[in-house]
Amino acid sequence: MGDDAVTAQAIIQSLASGLLMGLLYGLIAVGLALIFGLMDVVNFAHGEFLMIAMYVSFFLFTFFAIDPLLSAPLVAAALFVFGAVIYLLVVRFAMRAKANAGMVQIFSTFGLAIVMRGLAQFFFTPDYRSIPQSWLGGKTISIGGIFLPEPQLIGALVSIAAFAGLYFFIHRTDFGRALEATREDPGAVALVGIDKNRVFALGWGLGAALVGLAGAIMAVFFYIYPDVGASFALIAYVTVALGGFGSVFGAFAGGIIVGLVEAVTALVLPPSLKSVGIYAVYLLVVFIRPRGLFGSM
Amino acid sequence: MDKTFAARRRRDLIIAAVLAALAALAPLFVKDVYVQNILILTLMYAALSQSWNILSGYCGQISLGHALYFGIGAYTTELLFTKFGVLPWFGMLGGGVIAALIAMGLGYPFFRLRGHYFVIATIVIAEIGLLLFQNWEWAGAAMGITVPIRGDSWLKFQFMRTKLPYFYFALALCCLAWFVTWWLEDSKWGFWWRAVKDNPEAAESLGVVVFNSKMGAAAVSAFLVAIGGAFYAQFLAYIDPESVMGFQFSLLMALPAVLGGIGTLWGPVLGAAILIPMTELTRSYIGGSGRGVDLIVYGALIVAISLALPQGLVSLFSRTKAKNQIKGATR
Repeated sequence: MGDDAVTAQAIIQSLASGLLMGLLYGLIAVGLALIFGLMDVVNFAHGEFLMIAMYVSFFLFTFFAIDPLLSAPLVAAALFVFGAVIYLLVVRFAMRAKANAGMVQIFSTFGLAIVMRGLAQFFFTPDYRSIPQSWLGGKTISIGGIFLPEPQLIGALVSIAAFAGLYFFIHRTDFGRALEATREDPGAVALVGIDKNRVFALGWGLGAALVGLAGAIMAVFFYIYPDVGASFALIAYVTVALGGFGSVFGAFAGGIIVGLVEAVTALVLPPSLKSVGIYAVYLLVVFIRPRGLFGSM
Repeated sequence: MDKTFAARRRRDLIIAAVLAALAALAPLFVKDVYVQNILILTLMYAALSQSWNILSGYCGQISLGHALYFGIGAYTTELLFTKFGVLPWFGMLGGGVIAALIAMGLGYPFFRLRGHYFVIATIVIAEIGLLLFQNWEWAGAAMGITVPIRGDSWLKFQFMRTKLPYFYFALALCCLAWFVTWWLEDSKWGFWWRAVKDNPEAAESLGVVVFNSKMGAAAVSAFLVAIGGAFYAQFLAYIDPESVMGFQFSLLMALPAVLGGIGTLWGPVLGAAILIPMTELTRSYIGGSGRGVDLIVYGALIVAISLALPQGLVSLFSRTKAKNQIKGATR
């Protein structure tokens, strides 16, 4: 390795990997943004939703030999149910708090995260697991001398497709319109016969399904263990806040920025400091725009 | 000031004095080192949570990054002691002052942020601090610092044979943090903070210097937490970044206040008295299996208390206090 090791080629290579990872970060984070936009609640168990999705993908592979790529829709469906149930069992009651509402939401979802981690340890043991052989695992594709790992590439494409689908869903379907209406005025929608609780439950289901999709793909190239969510949760919060809380498009843009910044930081700083770049960019952005890049003022 | 308020404050002071006296007698009956350990940690977290409560409870600026100040207190003390031979007492004060200055320096840009943007900024800055200390070779990087043992002495604030001096220091710190809160509650600062928390725009228009009062709360809060960090470093005689600056400390400072009653005088002490022994006991009795049962119990309790008692455990004791809280929370 000479001084010219950081050539244009290497920079393009790491930007390309950063972009792929960034699209995945966007997909992890968008569920958080969706739920926040809908009802002003930050789900502090979001990372644990990701962890559950990874385990579901792992077990579908281990017991039924379904490749993670095929099982991704199943994982998303399972997480949809899970998210809706969590809303009905816990979050619905947190919304009723008359005092300290913000605190109650933070700590009830945070307590939930701890319970989920404990349950994962109890049932799945703290062991690190991985999916040894999958269609995509370990394969790379070369485009013009730039090597792209196939799982990340597919993940990025799924992320783009998911965002496109979500856009269509919110703007073109009845449920999407109900979602938008409820977010704008939960009191008024009740008058036209929309059940607020049902919309919220479906919103939680949808948010969880999106992070489920991300988890299914990440199960191919990340270790799966009970605490895995914690390492991605903070990145997801920063991604959402960077884009602006509540903005679905902001989460997409935020994800790409976070992925690129992480890749660039890894080029100039020791690998152990790569997150510092993300955090510094977050602080810089909110100091200039206190509501994130695309948040409403 | 109306009479009932003055009477309540006098009553609070008397209750605190009685509780402190009873706590001071506890070592006469508790000889078991394991139990003494739990008592020390409980007092320490009560003090930390009481300090956190000043900024996050009274002033309403929810910080989940106070681990930064805890770590700075610990590192200032041990770096000065091991590299320059400065006595821990000076390191402790130095750490407190540095933490307060950093809190004000950070407050300058941070206090423009609202809600979740502020909370995430506090998490992120503590995380940056953690990563920097993990990569700072001179400060021992991820390996940390082992405090050299020079024999039991109050001068060097280290004791190998007995835990009692640590117990009394933790008790003193807890009393100090409580007394500072008690005193500030009735000062102009206390009124400013409540005004800032309830409605910053209205407070500003009434002449409260919103920005300065947030800065004051941040400085007092960070100073006391750093003293706690210095204590913890001497108590363990070993520190590394993860074990004094990790995110779990930010949470363990917030949780007692939240469960006990955020923004109340007694919330943090009450919360710590229940939460910390429970954490330690579940960890040693059912956590040993390594199967996460302790986490399940602990997490479920946090969910249950925050849903059932949004104003914390203190609301069980005093109806009038709970009413005041509702008034405050709903403006």
